[in-house]
Amino acid sequence: MDQQYLGVFDESKDPSKKADPTNQRVELMLGALASLILVFILGMVIFVFLKGLPSFTGNGVSWFGSGGNVDEQLANIFNSPAEPKDYVYELHAFPLLWSTFLISFIAVAISTVVSVFAAIFIVEFAPRRLELFLEPVVKLLAAIPSVIYGLIGILVLVPWINNNLITEEMRASVAYVIQLDGSSVMAGVIILTIMIMPIMIAIVTDSLRQVPRMWSEGALALGVNRYRALTTVSLRAIRPAIVAAAVLASARALGEAIMLAMVTGSIGFAPNPFDGFLFFLEPSRPLGATIIDGAEGLSVEPFGQTLYAFAAILIISTAFLSFAGWAARRSLARYSIGSAK
Amino acid sequence: MSSVTTKRRKAAVRQSRRNAGPSKKIKAKGIWSIGDRIGVVAAWVAGLLLCTIAASITLFMGWKGIQYVTWDVISSSPEASLEQSKVGGFLDPIIGTLLLTLLGGLIATPVGVSVALWLTEYGRPSPLARFVEAGVEVIAGTPSIVLAIFGLLIYQQGVMSPFSFTADGGEVFGRSFFAAGAAMSLIALPFVVGGTREGLNSIPKHIREASYALGKDKASTIRRVLLPSARRGIATGSTLGIARIAGDTAIVVVLLGASLQIAPEGNIPGIDVLRGTGSTLTSYVFQNSPAGEGNAPEKAYAAAFVLLMIVIVLNLVVSRLTKKGQHVWG
Amino acid sequence: MGVGPDQQVPENGSNGLASEGVPPLRRIVVDHEVAPIRVADGYGVAGDNGQVAEETFLLPEDQAPSHWFEERMRTESLSVAFGSKTAVNEVSLPVNSGQVLALIGPSGCGKTTLLRSLNKLVDLTPTAVRSGRILIDNQDIDLFDDTQLRRRVGMLFQQPNPFPMNIFDNIAYGLRERGSKRPRKKELEPLVVDALERAGLWDEVSDNLDHPALSLSGGQQQRLCIARSLAVLPEVLLLDEPCSALDPISTAIIEETVVGLKDEMAIVIVTHNLQQAERVADQVAFMYLGDLVEYGAAEQVFNAPMAERTKDYVRGDFG
Repeated sequence: MDQQYLGVFDESKDPSKKADPTNQRVELMLGALASLILVFILGMVIFVFLKGLPSFTGNGVSWFGSGGNVDEQLANIFNSPAEPKDYVYELHAFPLLWSTFLISFIAVAISTVVSVFAAIFIVEFAPRRLELFLEPVVKLLAAIPSVIYGLIGILVLVPWINNNLITEEMRASVAYVIQLDGSSVMAGVIILTIMIMPIMIAIVTDSLRQVPRMWSEGALALGVNRYRALTTVSLRAIRPAIVAAAVLASARALGEAIMLAMVTGSIGFAPNPFDGFLFFLEPSRPLGATIIDGAEGLSVEPFGQTLYAFAAILIISTAFLSFAGWAARRSLARYSIGSAK
Repeated sequence: MSSVTTKRRKAAVRQSRRNAGPSKKIKAKGIWSIGDRIGVVAAWVAGLLLCTIAASITLFMGWKGIQYVTWDVISSSPEASLEQSKVGGFLDPIIGTLLLTLLGGLIATPVGVSVALWLTEYGRPSPLARFVEAGVEVIAGTPSIVLAIFGLLIYQQGVMSPFSFTADGGEVFGRSFFAAGAAMSLIALPFVVGGTREGLNSIPKHIREASYALGKDKASTIRRVLLPSARRGIATGSTLGIARIAGDTAIVVVLLGASLQIAPEGNIPGIDVLRGTGSTLTSYVFQNSPAGEGNAPEKAYAAAFVLLMIVIVLNLVVSRLTKKGQHVWG
Repeated sequence: MGVGPDQQVPENGSNGLASEGVPPLRRIVVDHEVAPIRVADGYGVAGDNGQVAEETFLLPEDQAPSHWFEERMRTESLSVAFGSKTAVNEVSLPVNSGQVLALIGPSGCGKTTLLRSLNKLVDLTPTAVRSGRILIDNQDIDLFDDTQLRRRVGMLFQQPNPFPMNIFDNIAYGLRERGSKRPRKKELEPLVVDALERAGLWDEVSDNLDHPALSLSGGQQQRLCIARSLAVLPEVLLLDEPCSALDPISTAIIEETVVGLKDEMAIVIVTHNLQQAERVADQVAFMYLGDLVEYGAAEQVFNAPMAERTKDYVRGDFG
């Protein structure tokens, strides 16, 4: 707080500490407004959970399991009879959870690696002009709305995958379960990776530039080549920032609804890893996209409650991620400089 | 000036190379290991990949934009017609975007500035301050789809019916510009808070001391001295927040209703638009892509291009604001 | 009075000579290419292939110089400019092992730039233009890769800059991060201990080598940096105002260490503290606005400077 320096003044004459009604009122008002934020968040969490609770209680643990066709189950829920006691809640949401986790995890993993190397390139190897050009470009990429990424994905990438990567025999081999049309895990992962890379690159390059020059010069002065110096000293020092970037990117990836709704297909299907390469070409639908797809039905009771249940899962996961990132950053901070956000 | 330096540098290097005689560099053993070499190659690959992606997206969208954006399409309203791809434009969505960003920004800025003020200038008791800080971060990290459906929950309560409309069955519709604008303000809030705090924190202590020394109390110091000086930070935060609002789709899809044209509700001019439904460029793009109705990809590209231009302009404004350098405090 | 040619010099360095010391015999193991230390007859202790001689040949006292020395590096008309501003202007200096060379002068006179060009660190600045020659063991340094050169010419900075790792990893850093094969910890231990001993830090940290280096005091950190530089067995050690951020006791310890190292390598120290220069230096170079104004033995420069400017500076009239 900026109040410490006021020790220069005689406390009793300190105007900002005057028990002056105006000042107190102002402070109270601002404080109340600020606390409203906490009230809001608490309210959001509680209400979303409460609204989604019937879906959980109606299924118990099997809510998280698999069994049956998720889309059929959702349709049944939507078509429930009007009487509350007759509401259908049955849902085995595993395909949706699996899809969410799978796509986000792969995208964040790829993005972390590529972003770190791209950051190394920008800071160390890029010719000066290219470096100056790339800085605003990365910021711009981070600002592009997700619906535009989705548009390019659905109009360019999905047909390309459909025409070039999916063979007739692949189609035939799964025809009894699903149609392959290019909307797929692969499309989702690729576009999601491209979407979250700029944020990570920006954070990592900023942090690399903030590493005190004395460390990087010290490493070079010992006769270590510049790549080694960068990776063993600077990268090591910014590990908390890399973790923070990965957590930020994961939260973004988990919550991404629109873009994934456009490119991963509208089928709540759990891709089977044992299908081999085919696995990546199968359609899927993560939680966020499911909510978007069902948005019109939010007012229809058991269906709406199911969607709120999905939202509750999203809240838990993003909260968990933030906490995990914070804990990881704390444990790494012992040997490193702080992280940028 | 830099080209003169580069020339001199190159000349000097050439000269020193000449001076070194028949200079074959002494072979450097053991400096770059295999791992290092792979790493350097990987860095170059990643860097060039980044350039390629950036270039292709830019060029692609630019090309599509030139192809499909016409004055007609920007200035005419969408028409409900089976021949979507041939008829009508997206004026209403453009207005919708502008309206929503304005509304969201107007709500977020005062709230954000107040919160930031409280955090930097007061912040007592300090556990509360830390919680509020964390709270702002939680909002920043919440997926917008979650914010959207929570917004729906609120606006569908009976007490909120003046903000949208009530259907015949007594059910509050809950979807309107008001609802969407309020939810959008949450998107912008963390940016405004961050920008304002930066602006406030960069004010040197002696400015505050001078104000108190003149006998002004804290409230008027804030009003007369601090806020004006933090103008740039506030503007940066708001603009960043607005840019994010312009790009959001989930909240629009859930909270704005899905009417192609702006459909005002009620009979108070101005407020009726806000109570009504509409669409924005983002939802328009979504609807016209194969994920929505889908038979107007040209319109989708055109709208996407206009949206992209808006976002780019907003970000350029932010760069100008932050680049102008720090205000000289004398 | 002198020691005759048929007398053995004891291993531990103590000797019968009244004032000067004979450098303690060391077996130096190197893995990079080093020109064998050839010495003129009558001086020094090493033979043609880096072997250590068993005997010393010493001239009678009246002909022996105060201390042996051997040229390691020299600059020939070195000039360094940053953009249009000249920092170093046609400076030619020798850098010899067996001697401590002090670079003195007021701020901005180019002494740090000169120091940093000796290990090519100045080339990291994009606007730097270097002309003239720098030679190490009679070879132009531009023939070497930067990294190669810096393994032979080490540097200590003004602010102690230990890496955010533990003590052992700090010292072993230079030894680990070279080439493909990462030496095992067992192999590194004796080298680390040796470096710490030579830097005078071993006694203080021997029981907690895995503590973070940043938990040491300022003086200890700087000695850690010395040890870190010594571990890679440089031929030349450059010191950029190494004690300016330290308290007087640490300063004294480091000065003592540095003087003790001068027989193994050439030492160049930049300092703005004239008393320090008087304490440690054998040769002194006084620079002013990029020019080398005077170079000579320490006693001569401080007590009987030849140039007018040197007189003024040494007397404290400016700087």
